[in-house]
Order: sequence, then structure tokens, then C-alpha cells
Amino acid sequence: MFYVSVFFQYMAQYMKTKWQYRADLLIEWLSDFMAQAVNLVFLLVVFGHTTLLHGWSRDEMLFIYGFFLVPYAVFGAFFNLWDFNERYIVQGEMDRVLTRPVHSLFQIILERMELESLLGAVPGLIIMLYAGSRLSLSFHWYDVFVFILLVIGGALIYAGIFISLATISFFADARTSIMPMMYNISSYGRYPVDIYHRVIRYILTWVLPFAFVGVYPASYFLHKQEWYGYAFLTPVVGMLFFIIAVMLWSAGVRRYRGTGS
Amino acid sequence: MGKYVEMIRIRFLMMLAYRTNYYTGILIYAINISAYYFLWSAIYGGKSSMQGMSLGQMTTYVAISWLARAFYFNNLDREIAMEIRDGKIATELIRPYSYLGMKAVQGVGEGLFRLFFLSLPGLLVVSLFLPLEFPEHAKTWLSFGLSLLFSFIIFSELNLLAGVVTFFTFRNEGLLRAKRFIIDLFSGLILPLSFYPDWAQQLMAYMPFQAISYIPSMIITESFQGAAVRDGLLLQAAWCVLLWFPIVLLWRVAKKRLVVQGG
Repeated sequence: MFYVSVFFQYMAQYMKTKWQYRADLLIEWLSDFMAQAVNLVFLLVVFGHTTLLHGWSRDEMLFIYGFFLVPYAVFGAFFNLWDFNERYIVQGEMDRVLTRPVHSLFQIILERMELESLLGAVPGLIIMLYAGSRLSLSFHWYDVFVFILLVIGGALIYAGIFISLATISFFADARTSIMPMMYNISSYGRYPVDIYHRVIRYILTWVLPFAFVGVYPASYFLHKQEWYGYAFLTPVVGMLFFIIAVMLWSAGVRRYRGTGS
Repeated sequence: MGKYVEMIRIRFLMMLAYRTNYYTGILIYAINISAYYFLWSAIYGGKSSMQGMSLGQMTTYVAISWLARAFYFNNLDREIAMEIRDGKIATELIRPYSYLGMKAVQGVGEGLFRLFFLSLPGLLVVSLFLPLEFPEHAKTWLSFGLSLLFSFIIFSELNLLAGVVTFFTFRNEGLLRAKRFIIDLFSGLILPLSFYPDWAQQLMAYMPFQAISYIPSMIITESFQGAAVRDGLLLQAAWCVLLWFPIVLLWRVAKKRLVVQGG
């Protein structure tokens, strides 16, 4: 209960600060849409030159991309750990966090949340609706719940990986440029993994399971039965990676000594 | 001059200090390029050539584009924006060097490090198992080297320009992010510009972005021949000169109306 009330108090403060910089907020939205457009343009241009990608059509690829945007938006809103090392370790903010009676990770998540990122899900839903109607996909009443479950699973996978990356800061006093590179890798989970060599497919499934944020769960809605097993594993893999990340985080916090700044 | 060279050295050593970054960097570069290779193989789907480029040329194009990006990419815009916001800019400005010059030099140090210690080893690893096609003529390599240098200058100039704009806007995180995506898209990093529809190609011809990635990658894959190489290099040189003017102009105005927001 305590955590719920802390959550809403942070949220109220958040709304106030955001409202102060309205122009900046608008530009942030625009740049978010632009980031999504980069990948969309890639798909559209490529499919201007070919009709099938290893048996997958343009609309199926669009649908996968649209789906991916939804868990990604949820992740972006709540797990903004991009500059964790700079802000919390180098500048010593972590010391402040640790003196408070709320779990350190929960606190940082609240401090750094960017609720406006949730809007990134809107283009995703639009792309899915567009591609879905062109593919004339049929849905069951319970698909809404499956969708929510898969989205949460996907968001947890992203969260797990990026929390784990953030914990590196506790162990090595390194400025880490791994995170931006990881963003590049994450995009390969959106393409049908059967096009890759099995080593890469294995990495994208079990080591850095980004395929569970794109092609696997989307296959369920595309009625690709051969991928159903993987699709339903999404929430499991999500929980697993998230739990591992929280455990790593706790181990890191125990080792943390502060920088003295 | 000596202090600038020293700064390159220090930046280089700073990057070298973080070993974990270094090893993971090579690995991630290798994964990146191989994933692109399979993606493009699927896109080619057995076709021998698309838009005049073979699959081998395309793979090389992608590998070299990311290699080049490691060299020209830097966060000078963000660093300048941060120093303005924190008020550090005030102490920077009284130091006995040109602020923008020092920033550019730091970019060189970072770029050299990433080129020689991250992407070149990464490229070597990848070339063991992917069919990359490298040119045999020394002339191509020379043109490519020159072209890469121009890429660095143009990219850094755009970053300095965006950084200096912070003097007037104070907060421009969104703008800086938008700039990055525009460069990814229009520079030919993710797709050779010849794949875009004609109207888009015509539009992009008037922008400086293709000079960043498309031209050096087309040179090294020998998709540009003879006159096309010369024209590409001339275009890059022209942008280097052209972008210099707005920076100098804005910098003069900015220094006069500098507001230090504490710090």
C-alpha cells in the first residue's frame, strides 16, 4: 500500500514539472515519432524492392513492428535508466536514494519515469490496425488479454536487460557505452528470426531475448502456429529476466561504496 | 597546437581506461554486422543485384558504414548543451584555447579510439566468416580515407552547430535527438540512398547528410567509379566549408548574449 501511495505522489509531481516545459514536451513527442519513422521508412523502402522477406510479407513485417512499439513504449515510460551511471553513480545521487526507506530500484524508476513515452504506443496500435486489416486477421474476445500479457512480458524483458546493464556501474567504475549499442541489437528481434544464422537466433532467443519483444509474440496474432510455443513463453521469459535483474541489482547495491562526490 | 594534440591523447587514454566497454564493444559490433548481413541476404532473396549493388557489396557497404560511424560519431552537441546548462561554460570560456576547437579535438580523440580499438578489430572478426569485398586499388583506399575525414568534419560541424544553438534555447534535448534520427535516415547509414524513391533522392541531394555516410561507403564498395568519386569528394569538401559559416556567426552572437545559469 505504501508503495502505491508513493507511486501516485511521484506521479502528481511529475505532471506538474512536465507541464512547466510544454514546448520541450512537444518536441520530445516529435522526436519519438521520428525515431519510429526511421525503422518504418526502412521497412517501406525495402519492400519497395522486394515482395517477400523469407516468406514474410510487407504487412506481416509492419504488424510485427507495430506490436513491438507497444511494449517498447511501456519500457520507455518506466525504465529510463539511460544515464543511470552518469547521474546516480558519478554525480553521487545514489547516496541520497539509499538513505530513503523505499527500495532503491523502485525509487529510481519513479524519479526517472517518462510517462509521455506511453504515447509511442499509439503509432504502434495504428500500424497494427492498418496491417491487421490488410491481412484480414481475425481475433477472439480473449485476445485483448493475451495482448496485454504479451506486452507486459516484452516490457519486462527490456527492463531486465537494461537494469542488468545499469548494475554494471556498481561493479566496474566504468562509463558504459554499452547501452546505446544494445539499442541497436534490440532492433533485430523485430525481424523474423528464421532469417538469421542459428547462433544469432540463439542469442536473440535465450541470451538477449529481444525476439520475445517482437517477432515471437506478434506471431500469435499473425496465426503463425509454428511459433506459438515461443509466443506463450514471452511472459515467462520476461518474469525470469526481470527477477534476475533485480537480484543482480541487490547484489550491486550491497557492493556499492559511493564516489564521495 | 601542442595543447590540442595533448587533448587528443588524453581523450584517447580516457577511452582506453574502460576495458569492459572495449571487449563488449567489439562483440556487439560483430553481432550488429552479421545480423545486417542475414537481413540483407533475406532482402536479396537470391537476386544477384539490387540497384546495381551485389549482396557482397551491400554487406561491405553496411559493415563500412558502421565502421565509419564509429569514427565520425561523437556527442559534442550534448556535451556543449550540458556545459551550458551546468554553467561550466563560464570557466571554459576564460581558458586559453578556442572552446569549439578544443571540443572538435576531443571528438578526434574519441573517434580515433573507436576506429582503431573497436570497429577495426570488430571488422576483422566479422571478415573471418562473412563474405566482405574489399577493394584492391590503393587509390580507392586513399579516396576513402579522405572521404572519411570529410565525414568527420561535417558530422562534427553539425554537432557544434546544434550545441551552439543551445545558447539560445537552453533546453533542446528533443531537438538533439531529432537531429540524430534525421542523420541516421538521410546519411545512408541504414540504407544506400539509391534505394529511396526518386523524389526523396532529389530532396536529399540538397542536404549535407549524404556526405556523412553514403559517399564514403559508396567509394569503398567501388559503387562509385572515376568521376563519381571526384564529385563525391568535392561535394563533401563544399559542405565542410559551407557549414563553417553559420557556426562562426552564431558563436559570435552567442558569446555576447551568454547567460550563465548558475553553476
